[in-house]
Amino acid sequence: MTAIRVQALRKAHGARQVLRGIDAEVKGGETIALVGPSGGGKSTFLRCLNGLTCFDAGAVRIAGVDLQPRMPPDAPELRSLRARVGMVFQSLNLFPHLTAIENVALAPVHVRKEPPEAARGRAAELLARVGLADRVEARPAELSGGQQQRVAIARALAMHPEVLLLDEPTSALDPQMRGEVLAVLRDLARSGMTMLVVTHEMAFARIAASRVWVFDEGRLVEDGPPAQVCDSPRSDRARAFFANG
Amino acid sequence: MLLLGWNALTCAALIAAGALARIEKRGELRWAGDLQGGEPYVYRNPADPSKLDGFEVEIAEGLAKRLGVRQRFVQNDWSTLIPSLVRGDFDAAMNGIEDTPALRAQALVTRPYYAFSEQLVVRRGFPLRTLAALHGHRVGTLSGSLAHAILRETPGIQIVLYGGQEEPYRDLELGRTDAVLLDSVIASRYGLSKPGLELADPDVARGTYVIAVRLGETGLRDALDGALADLQARGQLESIFAKYHLPPQLAPGAEVPAQVHARFDAAQVLLFLRGAAVTLLVSILAMALAVPLGLLLALARVYGRPLARGSAHWYVELFRGTPVLLQLYLLYYGLAPLVHLDALTAAIVGLGMNYAAYEAEVHRAALGAIPAGQAEAAAALGLTRGQQLRLVLLPQALRTALPAMTNDLISLLKDSSLVSVITVVELTKQMTITAVDVRSWALPGLLCAALYFGMSYPLARLAARLEARLGAQEGSGVLREAAA
Repeated sequence: MTAIRVQALRKAHGARQVLRGIDAEVKGGETIALVGPSGGGKSTFLRCLNGLTCFDAGAVRIAGVDLQPRMPPDAPELRSLRARVGMVFQSLNLFPHLTAIENVALAPVHVRKEPPEAARGRAAELLARVGLADRVEARPAELSGGQQQRVAIARALAMHPEVLLLDEPTSALDPQMRGEVLAVLRDLARSGMTMLVVTHEMAFARIAASRVWVFDEGRLVEDGPPAQVCDSPRSDRARAFFANG
Repeated sequence: MLLLGWNALTCAALIAAGALARIEKRGELRWAGDLQGGEPYVYRNPADPSKLDGFEVEIAEGLAKRLGVRQRFVQNDWSTLIPSLVRGDFDAAMNGIEDTPALRAQALVTRPYYAFSEQLVVRRGFPLRTLAALHGHRVGTLSGSLAHAILRETPGIQIVLYGGQEEPYRDLELGRTDAVLLDSVIASRYGLSKPGLELADPDVARGTYVIAVRLGETGLRDALDGALADLQARGQLESIFAKYHLPPQLAPGAEVPAQVHARFDAAQVLLFLRGAAVTLLVSILAMALAVPLGLLLALARVYGRPLARGSAHWYVELFRGTPVLLQLYLLYYGLAPLVHLDALTAAIVGLGMNYAAYEAEVHRAALGAIPAGQAEAAAALGLTRGQQLRLVLLPQALRTALPAMTNDLISLLKDSSLVSVITVVELTKQMTITAVDVRSWALPGLLCAALYFGMSYPLARLAARLEARLGAQEGSGVLREAAA
């Protein structure tokens, strides 16, 4: 079953070509690690997949929704898409005025129209799943970065997403906090969640990813199983990246 | 320093030598009035604004000639003529100043130069024609005038106070009041000139205009008395009055019954508390209007289409760029033919609309301070634009804006004293009325200050606490910033 299909995706910021024609496909249950040098287009690619950034040309089909070039950011198709595709950001972006459980239950109540009590019950379960059963009533300011990012993952999962997009979920964290977030992601990958993770954690890519994609200068230059891509990359670009990284 | 001391010494010497000697040495009699009082007292010549016209200018010229000096006019707000006289800004005050016991307590007065009657003016055909009949009705007059004193002695009248002599008749025409009591000079010029108004009682009481000089300067007072008597004997006063078409001179009637000297007692304190309640009511309701209106303006400026954005922008610039006093005048008097607001409503709407401009900027800054990631995270969860605003952005912006809004409420408490220009008697206005009554500014002033402080200090404490709490939240939220 194909979860995501991308064809000839192009995107420019002014004169700068950020994505120069990406073709890719993801099957349900796969975990893809997106790696490559900064400015290679990984994050922009991810943001195009849920319409936070519009693209200039090409086609995207994700979780059964077709995205067109230059869709306005508040197009109605995008809302049904976003209810099915979760996103976790590098900058955490928890809502600071709400407690952990309110952060998680907000969208189920207001977007999925779940009864508040049921939404809270499930939010508590999800927080327990990411190891935060004892911090449900804490506000973001009272949580460590790693705890905040785990709340953010629970918040994305609360919408029953078919696909989870994670944009450098551990970059803003201390090394010791990265471990706790990566452990949660590994469990998710094992449970069969379809995930695209932009990351610099090669160890994570090796262990948890079913495939690794290398982005460089707006192109997908390498696509294969972690061992093959990391140890014997075929393209010069990818070889240069792994030699430096 | 030495020079200053020497100056003070010469001044003291001159005062000791008598006010008259001082004026003769200077060659100039300095007398004060308020040009805002206008025709026929003292006003700028319409054809040549560098010249002054008015029957009081001509009297001053006659008096100065008899003293052997020139006359010079000093502009001074009418309501503060006597305090300015007392502190030594000029030699004499002459501007339709009525002879009252209150005046005599603060200054020496000359013999009358004009005798008038207090006249009751109503809308044409209005059935109530006497003060007694107006029991329970609203009657306008000038604050601090003899008519004001008479109205207060009449039980059951709702007094509406004005700072100028034109506005009472305007409000009478508009039906905001049912009668106006003022002297015959003002009534004939400003009241009976309006086609919709007529004289109901031409002789409610009698009074006289006098010239005021400082207590103790009897020499000057006597000299002015002599000069006035001379002007009258030669018929010059009569010809001046005729030139300015003043109503015929009346025989000075029985003197106005001496009011019992008001004391600063519990009744006055009660009036102060009432004034404070009006101040609080006006401030809180104006803020309750300013905050949501400001929020709408801020939303229009940040998220609106070009037309909404432009309108909100110009609203803010216009209301911040013009004096709130002017806005109150325009709303209450200027727009009266279109929008008929009572004074309290006009005060609340006027201040509220003005403060909305400031609140709009507060909200705009607070919205701008929210990291872009918040709206993105909300959008990524599938929240609509409206839900993003309502559930995520506005709760955060209002939290940020709360200390600034509390500070604005404190400013508003004090700015609300401006609404006395549209006849609302709030705390400051009550203070000035009482101060004149009890012949002292010290005690009423201190009580007034204490009441303002009692209202604003708890708010200031609240603002400080909110700020501290906000700072603490942001301090522990560094992780979010580090992540950006």
